[in-house]
This record gives sequence, C-alpha cells and structure tokens, in this order.
Amino acid sequence: MVERMRSLAGSWDAALLVALVLVVVVGAMSVEGVASPRFWRFVTLEVIPIALIALPMTLVVITGEIDLSVASILGLTCTVMGQLWLWGITSLPVLVLVALLLGALLGAVNGVFVTAFGLPSLAVTIGTLALYRGLAYVVLGDRAVADYPPEWTTGAIAAIPGLTIPWMILVVGALTLVFGLVLHATPIGRGLYAMGNNAEAARFTGISVARTKFWLFVATGAMSALAGVFWTLRYASARADNGNGLELAVVAAVLLGGVSIFGGRGRLLGVLAAVVLLGTLRNALQLAYVPANTLTIITGSLLIVSVVGPNAAGLLRARWRRRRAPITPLHQE
Amino acid sequence: MTAVRAAPATDAGASAGLVHRVLVVRELGIVVALVLLVAVTVLVNPRFLTAQGIKDLLLGSTILAVLAVGQSIVVITRNVDLSVGSVLGLSAFATGSLFVANPGLPVPVVFVLGVLLGAACGVVNGGLIAAARVPALVVTLGTLYVFRGLDYTWATGRQINAADMPPGFLRLGSATVLGVPVLALFAVVVLAGAGYYLRGYRSGRELYAIGSSPAAARLAGIPVGKRVFAAFVASGALAGLAGVLYAARFGTLDANAGNGFELNVVAAVVVGGVAIFGGSGSVYGAALGAVLLTTISSALPVLGVGPFWQRAAVGALILAAIGLDRALAVRLARSLRGRSSHG
Repeated sequence: MVERMRSLAGSWDAALLVALVLVVVVGAMSVEGVASPRFWRFVTLEVIPIALIALPMTLVVITGEIDLSVASILGLTCTVMGQLWLWGITSLPVLVLVALLLGALLGAVNGVFVTAFGLPSLAVTIGTLALYRGLAYVVLGDRAVADYPPEWTTGAIAAIPGLTIPWMILVVGALTLVFGLVLHATPIGRGLYAMGNNAEAARFTGISVARTKFWLFVATGAMSALAGVFWTLRYASARADNGNGLELAVVAAVLLGGVSIFGGRGRLLGVLAAVVLLGTLRNALQLAYVPANTLTIITGSLLIVSVVGPNAAGLLRARWRRRRAPITPLHQE
Repeated sequence: MTAVRAAPATDAGASAGLVHRVLVVRELGIVVALVLLVAVTVLVNPRFLTAQGIKDLLLGSTILAVLAVGQSIVVITRNVDLSVGSVLGLSAFATGSLFVANPGLPVPVVFVLGVLLGAACGVVNGGLIAAARVPALVVTLGTLYVFRGLDYTWATGRQINAADMPPGFLRLGSATVLGVPVLALFAVVVLAGAGYYLRGYRSGRELYAIGSSPAAARLAGIPVGKRVFAAFVASGALAGLAGVLYAARFGTLDANAGNGFELNVVAAVVVGGVAIFGGSGSVYGAALGAVLLTTISSALPVLGVGPFWQRAAVGALILAAIGLDRALAVRLARSLRGRSSHG
C-alpha cells in the first residue's frame, strides 16, 4: 500500500512536469511572446510570492493541517511596513527584520491556538484570516504608502547580472533547498509524514507533534511576511488589501502539486512544478487574449481534476480487480 | 447495591440531559452575546432599536442566514461548501438576466429557476465528492473558481440595474408583513424547515451520525454517499435561493455579487456552534451566528468603532467562539468520563 502510494506520488510529480513542459512548448510555439525572456521574467516575478508561501504550506498540509491566514499575514505585514515608513523608519534592513518578526509572531498565534488549545486549524485560520486582514485595515485604513525610494523597487525586481531572471529567484531557490532538505532528508521530515498519516501513532514513536506543528505555523507566518516585503517593494505600494485572496492560489498550487489534503502524502517538487505550471498557464493564456474569466475556470477545473482524477482511477481499478477475483477474503478488502 | 445496578439507566438519562444542556447553552451563549451587544448599542444610540432599526437588522441578516442554514447542513456531515458565494453570484445574475430577457416573467417562476440553478451547482459538488470520494474542501475550492468564472464569462462586464427588473420583484426586497420584512420571512421558513428536517426525520439525524464517524455510519448501513450528495444539493439550492433574494434586495447586479461571501458564511456557522469537524450543532445556532455577525457590523459604527475594525472583530469573534466550543466539549467529555467510571 505504501509502495503504491509512493509510486502514485512519483507518477503525479512526473505527470506535472510533463504537463509543465507541454504548456511551455505548446505556448512557445503557438503564442507570440511566450518564447521571449521578458515573458519568463514576468512569470517569475508573479510566482515568487506564491512559491515563498507554498514552501512552508506544503509541510503544514502534509501534517494534516492548513493555514488560510497567509494572505492576511502578507497584507498586515505590508501595512505595518508602510506605517513604520510613515513614522520615519527608513532603513530597509530594519523594516525587513520587523516584518519577518511580525510574521513569525502572527504565525505563532495560529500555532498556539492549534497546538496548545487543540483547535482545528481550518477554523482557527479562517478566524485569523479575518482578524489579521482587519488589523491591516486598522493600521492603514484605505490609505496606500507608495513613496518608497525607487531604488528599492528596482532592487527588488532586479535581474541576475547577465540574465533577465530576477535575483529573488535565488532566494526562492535557497529556501526551497532548506525546506526540501528538511522534508525529504531529515527525521523531522519523516515525522511530518507520520503525523499526517496518524498523529496518534506519531506521538507514540516519540515525535513531539505539538511542538513541530507550532514551529511550522511560525515558519508559514515568517514566509508570508517575506512575501509581503517582496509584494510591497515590487509594486512600491503598501495597502491593506495587498495579496487579498492569495491563500486560495497557494492552496490550489499545493493541492494540484499532489499534496493530500488529509496529510501524509506529497512532495515539494510537485508543488513547485504546480506553482510554475499555474503561473505559466495564466500568463501564456493572457498573452493569447484568453479572458481572465476563462483562466479562473481553468484554475478551478485543474484543481478538481487533480483530486478527482487519481481517486476515480483508483476506485475504478479496485472495482475491476474485485470483478476479476470475486472470492476475496473479507480482511483483504 | 440495587442503587448501583440501576445506575447505568439514570447515567444514560443524565448524560443525555447534559448533552442537551450543553447544546442549549451553546445557543443561549450567542443569544446573550447578541442581547448584550444590542443593549450596549442602544444605550449609545436609542435609534438602533426602533422598528426601522430592527427591520434593517433582519433584512441584513437574511441572506447570510439562508446561506448559513445550507452550510451547516453540509458542515454537520463533516464536509464544507466553499462555493456558496459563487453559486449566489451565479443565481443572482441569472435572476437579473431572466428578467432582462423576459420582462413579464412571473416572480415565483424566477424563484424556482434560481433554486434549481443552485441545486444544479450542488449536484456538481455533491456528485464529485460522493462519487469520486474526494475531499469537499478541494472540490468546492475548485468550483468556487469555476462557478465564479462562468459568472464573469456570462456577465462580461455588464451590469443589471433595478430598472431592468419588474417593480413587483424589487418590492419584495423592502416589503413587510406586520412589520417583518418579507425577505426575512423566507429565512424563517427555510430555518424552520431545515431545523424540523434535521430533528424530525431519520435521514436528517443520519447526517449527524455521518459527521460524528463516517466509517461507523457506513457500517451501520447509512447510505453515506447519498446523504452527503443530498446535503450538497440542499446547500446549493439554498445558495440559489439566496441569489434570488440578493437580486430582490440590492437591485444592482454584476458578476461580483457574493464574492468572498464563503468566509462570512463559514464564520456564521462556526460562531453559531456548528463544530467544523462535523456531528454537532444546529441550524438555529448557525442562523443566530449570522444575525450576530450582521448585528456586529451594524453596531460597530454606532458605537463609534471605526469601520476598519469590523473584520478584525469578526475574526476575534470566530476565535472566541471556537475556543468556547472547545472548552465546552472538554468539560462535557470530562464529566461523562467521571460518570461512567462509577458504573
């Protein structure tokens, strides 16, 4: 069973990569502009915040939890940065540091509610989704802070020297390496899968479920804050509605990436492939003058197919096998 | 000795009474919060509780309450329907378009068509979830996008205005019967019907069994797939009805109607004491939750709290509600364990 699940996860990653290559090749051949470096620069800038948040979110969902407050943490971080700027704090390192600490703190609040009080993370983070977004409006109202030095903006979206790809992709790459190593090459990572499969059993094997989950929520908060810093600088605008609704895009990418919503299954590679796939598809179709509404429908359908497809195939296969071998001992069912 | 022997029976009775008491307390808690909120607000501004004020509150709660009733039917089965806001939008725009295409259409026909459209969306959700046995959260997140995308594609930036709809229909949005808004009566009928069904019918009570333990329910012979499917169709149909009510109340429709509503609905349900992991709660609590959320958003400005605090207050309320729910559940479990250890 475990073997089959593992091979299924492997084939899902492979299918996503094939789909990604197909989208890129077909897009480059049929849509003018997709082959250009400018297109890829744009796609990269667009997927960076989603990728940053999807990294810790993957780990959270693998443990069987979810964090819907990420986009609100992003928004609140943006407004606090904006308010500090208005108060005359103009040192970028200080602003970034405060943002990351604030994000970690907001994540810790989620973590305490989930682990210390034992509340369902879905309900908790729907609550903090509203709470944090509300606080973002309390901080700045409907004002926007947009008078940052232009060099901050150009710095945030600057390309790697000699290339057109933004340097931020290196940060994403380094963080991917960190999260990937933790998830796929350490006992902590194996513990995360164990928690997702059976929290009770994981606890008996000596994994401190509560502490690990708490730190995962802290990490999600900090990464959402980092995405908020990037958002503020990229658009040179701190507003309370920054990143509104982004939580759905992140969750869509994580689930399309093959992570089971019930926990215990999924790989970081698949999630990143899904992030890039969704970003490429969206931008390529936009270039092809496909209306945004159609893109929304495609995103939703992809999400549905990604969960219904494998499950329906599995159910059909099981039925077929039962038909061929009608006398099955009950305990093997 | 005989007293000890007789104990199990009285224990069962006492614990059933305890369960009942906790449930009652849950809804009583919301009522108390509501009364306190209204009392404080009235002290600040007496006009909050005039006939007109009450009418506005009821009117404001109606659409959220209808959606919350549908959502709690789904949540009780340990599922969730995130697509309700999109279904509402689709049905509201369909209502407007129907009137644009056939100005003479009788109002009841539009209601039936709106409900049917919503039910069709529910069939899509329920079919995918029950047949392919996939998590509702993912499927309805997907259909949230799909239905909204269809809505946008259909509307293509158009807006339908009050002038496009017959006055008789729009009058429904403001008409009253004995001082009670007609729209609110819709919510009351839906609430009473759903409440009676969940308690009075075997299939209704089976929804609770499914939410408490899907595996046990299946073993007990409950047709889990069929019941969950029906719950989603009900939720869709009510979201469709909410869409028609939305059209009647606001008169101006574009493809954004109900955008982001799903979180308010889930919030109302959670605040109303319906456990997000299924098996407990009532539609009355969910409707009270909807009224409480609506009252908060109209009371805050009166209390001099800036409009920007509203969302934050709603968030804090959700956290408080699930925290309280958890505390009650822990106490109940402890007292039940304490009793059974005597037997």
